[in-house]
Amino acid sequence: MSEALLEVRDLRVEFPTRRGTLVAVDGVSLSIAPGEVLGVVGESGAGKSLTGLAIIGLLEPPGRIAGGEIRLEGARIDNLRGEAIRRIRGRRIGVIFQDPLTSLNPLYTIGRQLTETILTHLDVTAAEARERAIALLREVGIPAPESRIEHYPHQFSGGMRQRVVIALALCAEPRLVIADEPTTALDVSIQAQIIQLLKRLARERGTAVMLITHDMGVIAETADRVAVMYAGRVVEIGPVREVIHAPRHPYTAGLMGSIPKIRAGAARRRERLAQIEGAMPRLTQIPPGCAFNPRCPKRMERCLAERPAPVAAGANRVACWLYG
Amino acid sequence: MASALLRLQEVGRDFDVSRPWLNRLLEGLPREILRAVDGVSFEVRRGETLALVGESGCGKSTVARLIVGLYEPSRGRIEFDGVTLTGARDRAEVRRVRRRMQMIFQDPYASLNPRWRVREVIAEPLRVLGLATSTSEIEARVAELLAQVGLAPEDADKYPHEFSGGQRQRISIARALAGRPEFLVCDEPTSALDVSVQAQILNLMTDLQERLGLTYLFISHNLAVVSHIADRIGVMYLGRIVELATAERLFSRPRHPYTRMLLDAVPDLEMTGKARTPVAGEVPNPLAPPPGCAFHPRCPHATERCRLERPAMRAAGEAQVACHAVEEGRI
Amino acid sequence: MHRALARLWDHDLAWSFRRSPVTVAAAVVALACVAGAVGAPWLAPYNPFDAASLSLDNAFLPPAWTAEGRAAFPLGTDDQGRDVLSTILYGARISLGVGVAAVLLALVLGVSAGLIAGYVGGRTDAILMRIADVQLSFPAILIALLIDGVARVALPDDRHGEIAIPVLILSIGISGWVQYARTVRGSTLVERNKEYVQAARVIGRHPLAIMIHHVLPNVTGPVLVIATIHIATAIITEATLSFLGVGVPPTRPSLGTLIRVGNDFLFSGEWWITVFPGAALVMLVLSVNLLGDWLRDALNPKLR
Repeated sequence: MSEALLEVRDLRVEFPTRRGTLVAVDGVSLSIAPGEVLGVVGESGAGKSLTGLAIIGLLEPPGRIAGGEIRLEGARIDNLRGEAIRRIRGRRIGVIFQDPLTSLNPLYTIGRQLTETILTHLDVTAAEARERAIALLREVGIPAPESRIEHYPHQFSGGMRQRVVIALALCAEPRLVIADEPTTALDVSIQAQIIQLLKRLARERGTAVMLITHDMGVIAETADRVAVMYAGRVVEIGPVREVIHAPRHPYTAGLMGSIPKIRAGAARRRERLAQIEGAMPRLTQIPPGCAFNPRCPKRMERCLAERPAPVAAGANRVACWLYG
Repeated sequence: MASALLRLQEVGRDFDVSRPWLNRLLEGLPREILRAVDGVSFEVRRGETLALVGESGCGKSTVARLIVGLYEPSRGRIEFDGVTLTGARDRAEVRRVRRRMQMIFQDPYASLNPRWRVREVIAEPLRVLGLATSTSEIEARVAELLAQVGLAPEDADKYPHEFSGGQRQRISIARALAGRPEFLVCDEPTSALDVSVQAQILNLMTDLQERLGLTYLFISHNLAVVSHIADRIGVMYLGRIVELATAERLFSRPRHPYTRMLLDAVPDLEMTGKARTPVAGEVPNPLAPPPGCAFHPRCPHATERCRLERPAMRAAGEAQVACHAVEEGRI
Repeated sequence: MHRALARLWDHDLAWSFRRSPVTVAAAVVALACVAGAVGAPWLAPYNPFDAASLSLDNAFLPPAWTAEGRAAFPLGTDDQGRDVLSTILYGARISLGVGVAAVLLALVLGVSAGLIAGYVGGRTDAILMRIADVQLSFPAILIALLIDGVARVALPDDRHGEIAIPVLILSIGISGWVQYARTVRGSTLVERNKEYVQAARVIGRHPLAIMIHHVLPNVTGPVLVIATIHIATAIITEATLSFLGVGVPPTRPSLGTLIRVGNDFLFSGEWWITVFPGAALVMLVLSVNLLGDWLRDALNPKLR
């Protein structure tokens, strides 16, 4: 088995506030192999975005990494500061954020933003950088890239802008791309285009992708493996087909049941969706033991007191006392 | 067959998005009119749920606001239970009729006044519509409404920021129900919610519809959500309705090329690995819609006629479709 | 009662207040000034405006700690034998009174104009904002001078003394409404498009009711900050006008008047007549300014 490109072990992200320390990410472990697409799925407040931010070193103070380690190609990156982490960002890890409008600087042409990034990270001449930028724009599907390279972000539509952002993330040829809700702000038809694009690029370049989203459908189409997060913890991780069709953890099962699906032909009207009672606890009110226990239909005594550690259950790893 | 509670006929709404007069004068720019809604006709029958789906900019939210009176239509006619609301002389009657409809909004964080307690939020329609006057009456009715949406009577004392998104949406629903409406316009009520919370709210809305005999107009961009709640579905594109059919029909046999494209674009959770026809292009600038059929630049079946002539809604089997190719029997 | 107080103490605002020693000091000083001003009739050792109690024998006495000073007059006396400490207390009363009243007037005018302009929009908005723009091109002092001058011309000489203070309040108030209007208009434009306002419209509430009950409570945040800092500005404006001789009548001097009067004697050696009122003015304005700064930062959600 090839060595993991990215390895996160027991990551802990805290926010010291005057009311005490809030733990937003609590002992998260995952790994991504080269060329693999790992989906990180969870609802709002689950800590998935913070995990991504911690990996790229963009946690906003007072948030900070308070424990665990993050290794990129074997070397630790969670303890780097300033210049060192900046060099990694862009060159070895590319980032795609949710809102293409704010990810691009409105005052510079996209050509300038692309070439600047290329020149910062790669040892090429300005002319070569421009060639690469045009080739990249063509690769992400921008028509007539030679002329569009001189355009400003506002001259592109939403979907096109996101393609430019993807180009920007890939231009320094990183080994890993972290995409935080890359399709959420886009229309459904554009979403599909962007998903296909990400898949193709990852496959062709052998780039690993960490795809953070709340949309299970996007994960189903794009990811190889998926990690399900709840209240700052990973409750289940495994191959996409397994997690979606044979979820082990009660939360994953509940989540899959509550997703509306189109089934052509059947009369779906008034068929209730499976629902999970209650809501994800706030960071200040995470219960002891298993964080999901107040809402779990299969709760046992043990779940109230002890927090379950991940164990193997089939092809997945699950943090649940049903399997421990 | 249930009678039509709401009827829209060729309703249109334009927005003037021209640059300020001085700029236009000095720079020689033309007026720019945005046709957000362009000739929309449909009816909603008593007791049913009609969904309007489409991507951003298709005009579905504008239609919602036209119906409840937040905007006045530029063209066309809106009737509620036989009473014409557009260009009506008798304002008092229009007001009386409008009391029978209410609206639920998309953003749970902006739809409740952050400075008001929940009690005041829900009591407002009671007071305005004169349905309860004394403090005890109001208190009782507020508690009843909170229970109906799955919240506790003590929640009346709290402020909106003390609640989660899903709970806020429940409060919005309680407020909408306070006036005992017959008709609810729901503008993307679950789009801003997490998936598991969305399931709770959709189930709640279905229960309430059965219990209170409500009629819903449900606006959404999410076809999967709509498949769980709608009886009939209207698909909108650039201000026009392109297909109108029962939910069963739409999902099993979509006729309009745009509907097919939308269905194809829905991520495949079943992972059947089915081949998907490539999705072409993006929604054009609504300020400069393509001539003829608005969808023709992206349509794999477009002909010369599609570029010249705007297709009218015609019956095609049990559905209504606005497409030349369907009419000509080509698809 | 206990719990309510405890909740107040624990509130974010109170906590931010306690953390900043500068703010606490400023609050103490401001409170002392206000207390002194309000309680002048009881706190001042003498009533400096009671002509009968004055005696020219007491004129030009230096502060008590100097060789020629007397304990009865802690900060010395002026050219008419008035106790400087007492005049400061009474003067601060006028300064603060005029300042607060002017700010209240500006606030009411400005918030109403901003609310209406923002909510109604269209031509009303355009007209109100053009008036505001025109007014902004004139310095506040100039506007105050203008209104004051018009009042003097319009009214007979002997009435001047009576109406000088109301006219002063009017002129400072009118010169300052624009900043409130602009801020409130901006906030109103944002709130107006929010769905809770739309919900109120769907329920059928009257636009005026929506403006007052829904929008107004949500746009007043920045107004408090502006008002606090505006009090300081208003006091300075009044002081300037009085210094120029067009403010309060000489029979009821404010801190500004005292500074002006004392100015004449600065170079002949009687420095205390102008320096102490000046210091009092600075203390008052500075402490109110610092409080305003703290309030602005404490209420800014982005900085929390």
